[in-house]
Amino acid sequence: MNTVVAQLQRQFQDYLVSLYQQGFLDNQFTELRKLQDEGTPDFVAEVVSLFFDDCSKLINTMSRSLERPENVDFKQVDSGVHQLKGSSSSVGARRVKNVCISFKECCDVQNREGCLRCLQQVDYEYKMLKTKLQDLFNLEQRILQAGGMIPQVNIS
Amino acid sequence: MVCEMETDQTEEMDIEVLSSMWPEDVGGTQADNNQFNVEKPAGDSDTLKEVDIAEKRTMADLKRLPELMNTTDQGSSQLTNLVKQWEYMQDHAVKLLREELKILTKQREEAEAKELKIIEEHNFETQEPENVPVLDDTSHLLRRFKHTKRDALVGSKRVEIDEEFDTVAYWKQKALSLEKMLEASTERERRLIEKLNESLKTMESHSAPVEELTQNLKRAEGFLHFILQNAPIVMGHQDKDLRYLFIYNKFPTLREQDILGKTDVEIFHGGGVKESEDFKREVLEKGKASKREITFETDLFGSKTFLIYVEPVYNKAREKIGINYMGMEVTDQVRKREKMAKLREDNAVRKAMESELNKTIHITEETMRAKQMLATMSHEIRSPLSGVVGMAEILSTTRLDKEQRQLLNVMISSGDLVLQLINDILDLSKVESGVMRLEATKFRPREVVKHVLQTAAASLKKDLTLEGNITDEVPIEVVGDVLRIRQILTNLISNAIKFTHEGKVGIKLKVISQPSFASEEQNGLTETETSVWIRCDVYDTGIGIPENALPCLFKKYMQASADHARKYGGTGLGLAICKQLVELMGGQLTVTSQVNAGSTFTFILPYKVATSDDHSDDQDFSDMVDHHQAEPDDTTEGYFQFKPLLGTIYSNGGPVIGNSNFLPHKVMLTSPLKIINGFVADTSNNTGQSETAQVENGCGYMDETCSGQRPESVNQYENGTCPSKETESCSSSSQASSEGGALEMESDLTVSSKQPKLLLVEDNKINIMVAKSMMKQLGYTFDIANNGVEAITAIKDTSYDLVLMDVCMPVLDGLKATRLIRSYEESGNWDAAIEAGVDIKTSENDVHSTNRLPIIAMTANTLAESSEECYANGMDSFISKPVTLQKLKECLRQYLH
Repeated sequence: MNTVVAQLQRQFQDYLVSLYQQGFLDNQFTELRKLQDEGTPDFVAEVVSLFFDDCSKLINTMSRSLERPENVDFKQVDSGVHQLKGSSSSVGARRVKNVCISFKECCDVQNREGCLRCLQQVDYEYKMLKTKLQDLFNLEQRILQAGGMIPQVNIS
Repeated sequence: MVCEMETDQTEEMDIEVLSSMWPEDVGGTQADNNQFNVEKPAGDSDTLKEVDIAEKRTMADLKRLPELMNTTDQGSSQLTNLVKQWEYMQDHAVKLLREELKILTKQREEAEAKELKIIEEHNFETQEPENVPVLDDTSHLLRRFKHTKRDALVGSKRVEIDEEFDTVAYWKQKALSLEKMLEASTERERRLIEKLNESLKTMESHSAPVEELTQNLKRAEGFLHFILQNAPIVMGHQDKDLRYLFIYNKFPTLREQDILGKTDVEIFHGGGVKESEDFKREVLEKGKASKREITFETDLFGSKTFLIYVEPVYNKAREKIGINYMGMEVTDQVRKREKMAKLREDNAVRKAMESELNKTIHITEETMRAKQMLATMSHEIRSPLSGVVGMAEILSTTRLDKEQRQLLNVMISSGDLVLQLINDILDLSKVESGVMRLEATKFRPREVVKHVLQTAAASLKKDLTLEGNITDEVPIEVVGDVLRIRQILTNLISNAIKFTHEGKVGIKLKVISQPSFASEEQNGLTETETSVWIRCDVYDTGIGIPENALPCLFKKYMQASADHARKYGGTGLGLAICKQLVELMGGQLTVTSQVNAGSTFTFILPYKVATSDDHSDDQDFSDMVDHHQAEPDDTTEGYFQFKPLLGTIYSNGGPVIGNSNFLPHKVMLTSPLKIINGFVADTSNNTGQSETAQVENGCGYMDETCSGQRPESVNQYENGTCPSKETESCSSSSQASSEGGALEMESDLTVSSKQPKLLLVEDNKINIMVAKSMMKQLGYTFDIANNGVEAITAIKDTSYDLVLMDVCMPVLDGLKATRLIRSYEESGNWDAAIEAGVDIKTSENDVHSTNRLPIIAMTANTLAESSEECYANGMDSFISKPVTLQKLKECLRQYLH
């Protein structure tokens, strides 16, 4: 039993570190994890799922705005990118945030092609992150089910 | 000219035809005008002018003119010409007559010869004595007739006689025919004589030259009038005093008596008159004919431009007696010309502007491209590299054997170096392309110096003494770009350490008067702001710089010598960046050095003096803030006296009271190696050590005192590492060290009697969620507004202690909202907000507080302009996003106490 927990814990640790290493996450995610305590055991998952919902909504809106080449509402796209940037930065979704930065640059110069490219990228990145975090939370669940503690992972 | 014309016509006998080049008919039309200067009005001239004519206008002084003609060169030469012409014609006539005479004489001689021959023949043939006397008597005539006859008949027909030779009839017949011939001859002779007489008579009739000359003159005059009839020409003669003696003007507006005897100045008034007068005088003085264009602006004939030709006039003794002048009106031409010139000029200007504009556009495009490049560069190169370095650092926290750790350390330090290099290059290109913006933040120079020295000491691997020396007059807080100043200091210090093997390296700060290179405008400070110039010396006792290497010291990629580059490494960019940064801030960076004795880099910078009642914005010194808050008051005199640099290290977590006020401002930090070596875990002697430091004893003693530091401070040194990652490392170190402090804070806050009212203005729900969770951890609750309008409504109804305000929001952004709130605080009403379109219902129970509500911006942009904008719009401070627990805690602690 203990070995299973230890194994899971180790797996969890490695997985989380790999997410940082691959640049999916940054310190802000650590911040987020710090905020989670007994009172709010699902805080991170809640925030993150809210974030993903947000992503999907915003991406839909933006793709509609970018749909027609001759009539792009860059202002609306910009506001979407701004939202997305703020959210991703808040949850520590580093890759998404980085794409948002270039997305914003494209938007500023009203480069529709660039915007579309970034939109695709953002879509890809957030879905990727979603899968990864899903796995992470699953691991967490398994540890907890196995009666273990979520290990503290020191990233820095 | 007349003479030349004449020579072409020598064959003609008729003098009338030869005599003049002037057209006859013109002369005829002017026949009644015997004077040169009498005007013939143009047919189309207006009535006024015709009235003028009725008064018999003569525009010249008749008495003076002949006099003038006689006395001047020009006049006499004309007369001479006429006389010459006449003489020539007479000569010609004489010559022709002589020729005629010669021909006649020749003919006579021939006739005589013929006659002689005939007589001889006759004598031989007839030998009649009775005839001889007759023939003899008339021999003379006979001979002439015979000759003439033969000449006239071309090849002399012999007299045909039908009768038999030598009969009486024959002789009779012969005599008869001869007699006829004689008669004809006599007739011819008579005619010739007549013609000769006639010739003589005509010659006599032309012998009077005066009449001839008068005729010629008349023609000349006629011609002149013909030519000049409608020409816009004024001609005149003026004497030595420039008084008019003669004037010819086709369209006169003045009468003779108004002009003659007067000067231009006396006649006209207005622009150009004086100029023309001066010009005439000039010509008169120089004695050289000349032309000039003069524009007149007179009441008499308005604005007109004349091309004026003026020549001096001499008398026979070659003395100047006046000038001739001729003016042609060229107003239209001048106007056209000017219009053309103006058009051309406009064209040129437009072209120049166009090219200028193109250039500007080009430059702007280039700048844009450069900016784009910079942005790309920073992302493309820095991000993966930070990844590499970051991962290496993570790797170093895992279990590694000794060799692996060594390799990893090399990897990390190399990575850091490359990162530093890229940062340097980016900084430099930022400064050069003008992208670099300076931030104005409040900071404490003493703390900056301390921190820089601390950081340097942390990585010091040499036996060097680092010292900081700040004079009393240096203000506690000044305003400047602290990051850049620290960058410069760090750069100079690490340079100094690099080239110093023993002795000391230090920073000295003192206040100086405004240097000569800076004008008020240059440093951008207005009179109302108190500014201070601080001189900062970074000195060392190192290898020094040879004099010949000084000039290229601040150049890019340059080091004193190739040897140095090999030995000490480095990019050679550091000093160039320092210099550019210092100059960007309106200061000056200089260096003095002596080989083997050391160098001193000095930079002088202007700072604004921070007003002491404001809070410090410098978040890099969390430990400092701690310390100062433990102080009774920043502005008390005791604090101003000496700034204890070392003392703050001691105070970190240790007993604070009593060790700070009287510490020396000269502080020495020694190498951390020593500190570690002489590590003693004794925290109780803090105050005592501070006092020993005051004694300013030798290094050995200092070493010992310093070695008594608590392990935490040593840790802190080690954490504050390389300058490139300074801010990050600082924050991480403070984060790490404040873990314990946070707990303490929490308890503090929860026990505080009154729960502060907070307002979070944020539109992003994820951000709200995160912030809420953080606040909960910190023990606060808060209200939420989703945009600026909601924030204003909330503030109107509730009295808050602090507002956290997002900058970018829909409906009304944070900056505008803050401005409106500030305006309310000043005026006590929400008029400005209502004006801005915020729907506000004022009611009786509105809370009106004139206290300044602390507003903290939360901004995602960490660019310089954004934070400047926050301050400019009345925000008190800002937290850069993403908000972390630590940042939030710092901020709340600063503003809620």
